[in-house]
Amino acid sequence: MKGSKVKKSKNVLPGFGLSMGFTIAYLSLIVLIPLAGVFVKTTGLSWNEFWAIITNPRVIASYRISFTTSFFAALTNLVFGLLVAWVLVRYRFPGKKIIDSLVDMPFALPTAVAGIALTAIYAPNGWVGSLLEPLGLKVAYTQLGITIALIFIGIPFVVRTVQPVLQDFDKETEEAAVMLGAYRLRTFWKVILPELMPALLTGFALAFARGIGEYGSVVFISGNMPMRTEIAPLLIMTKLEQFDYKGATAIALVMLIISFLLLLLINFMQWRINRRTIAD
Amino acid sequence: MAGAVTAHLSQEASKRPKHITESAGVKWVLISIAILFLGLAVAMPLVSVFIEAFKKGFDVYKAAITDPDALSALRLTLLVALIAVPLNAVFGIAAAWAISKFRFKGKNLLITLIDLPFAVSPVISGMIYILLFGAQGFLGPWLDKHDIQIVFALPGIVLATIFVTVPFVARELIPLMQAQGVQEEEAAASLGAKGWQIFWRVTLPNIKWGLLYGIILSNARAMGEFGAVSVVSGHIRGETNTLPLHIEILYNEYQFSASFAVASLLVMLAVLTLLVKALFEWKTNQRASQEKLD
Repeated sequence: MKGSKVKKSKNVLPGFGLSMGFTIAYLSLIVLIPLAGVFVKTTGLSWNEFWAIITNPRVIASYRISFTTSFFAALTNLVFGLLVAWVLVRYRFPGKKIIDSLVDMPFALPTAVAGIALTAIYAPNGWVGSLLEPLGLKVAYTQLGITIALIFIGIPFVVRTVQPVLQDFDKETEEAAVMLGAYRLRTFWKVILPELMPALLTGFALAFARGIGEYGSVVFISGNMPMRTEIAPLLIMTKLEQFDYKGATAIALVMLIISFLLLLLINFMQWRINRRTIAD
Repeated sequence: MAGAVTAHLSQEASKRPKHITESAGVKWVLISIAILFLGLAVAMPLVSVFIEAFKKGFDVYKAAITDPDALSALRLTLLVALIAVPLNAVFGIAAAWAISKFRFKGKNLLITLIDLPFAVSPVISGMIYILLFGAQGFLGPWLDKHDIQIVFALPGIVLATIFVTVPFVARELIPLMQAQGVQEEEAAASLGAKGWQIFWRVTLPNIKWGLLYGIILSNARAMGEFGAVSVVSGHIRGETNTLPLHIEILYNEYQFSASFAVASLLVMLAVLTLLVKALFEWKTNQRASQEKLD
């Protein structure tokens, strides 16, 4: 990535060395070297120690809780995200601008604020919690509560990845299907949905990845009971507070590897979407 | 989405043959579900913050946000954002310049690395600095000998905040500058403009709205970051507490109204952020339609 690799004959613009040098140096100091510390720190553990930490029942339970709640939250966002994106792209209705802005709110709102607000609503004496209580449905301090917090956090991901694809969607394909006698619902399943699939999966993976790591919005509503509502990031936090850095690092390493795999998958899918758009 | 077609179609839909679009009934059902979903999931929590904040009256609200600890948390939050956001803005401009104006190997890898902080849990983002600079950390003994404190102090909070906001400005600028290409800059260079002249006179005016939007987004995240800052702050009241941490402390002490009062300040910040976003999109559309006219 040195300046010499740039085809100078093709580019008369200055500043490659400076901007590239600064980018690499900054990224290394702030992101790459500190992250590498996690890998270095775990090499201080023997394989057996590492394995013992990450297969501890409490740790396994925290991974399971993080994964299942993130999965169901991302699944909910997949369905409603598609619906919201569809409505925003295809229809005109009063208040559309406000609805569109609301989609971005979870990006802009601090997670701790979302956490206490959702807990107030879904606690047994809250607006929704008090309605659900007589039905025997407890939300706050259960895994359902965690899922609801993660749905809030994940809303923008599916909507904002599907929206541009739907906007550029070639209506002629859709029309051709209708000309050939397909019903509307069949057109949707057979023509529209397959085209949207890469974007939907990307949005799902983004929401899922965010959900696994999420901390601020979850800790208030979850109740944090070990084995039942304790998520993996919270367990890392607990270990750090007890100065058990080895334990925290081992749990974090597993999460980092999963996040990196998800990031690679997401980038691969986005690359495929881009290639498809360019090919068109 | 059903096969049934009725005559009541919207203005937009009526431009297309009737049987290609959904019936008005289906359309309004879908719109209602979307509004209901976002209303329940997003609008209701926002409204509840203000209602909880004013539950015990305006005096309690005022006392909560003028409390010395709240004010010192506000000052720290502003200071941290004031350091972290400009640094990341400079990084974002440099990265976007290198990526969008030049061709080199490993460009996709570099973009992925810039995105990395998005994929890392906030708790881990804070933890990595404890591993580096904490008492048991790699540099801990050395820092201790020289009496430099990084974690559980301002530098640690700033570092963790920078980490979580690294991608924002770069992510906004890279696609924008890639779409704009290099023609204008090359024209300026061939007319004899120097590097910084090209940047200030040609590039910056072209990217100013995108840059502003990236800055405002990273500012919102910097002021609202909770997990990463929570790990490195040490929670010393009046010293290393930021606004989100202050909210947590008040909440855990069952001072709910005070907690929501401070939270309402951050909700207003979020609303302001989204207003700037709307302004940015309006400006971009205006520019696009102007170019069409030209």
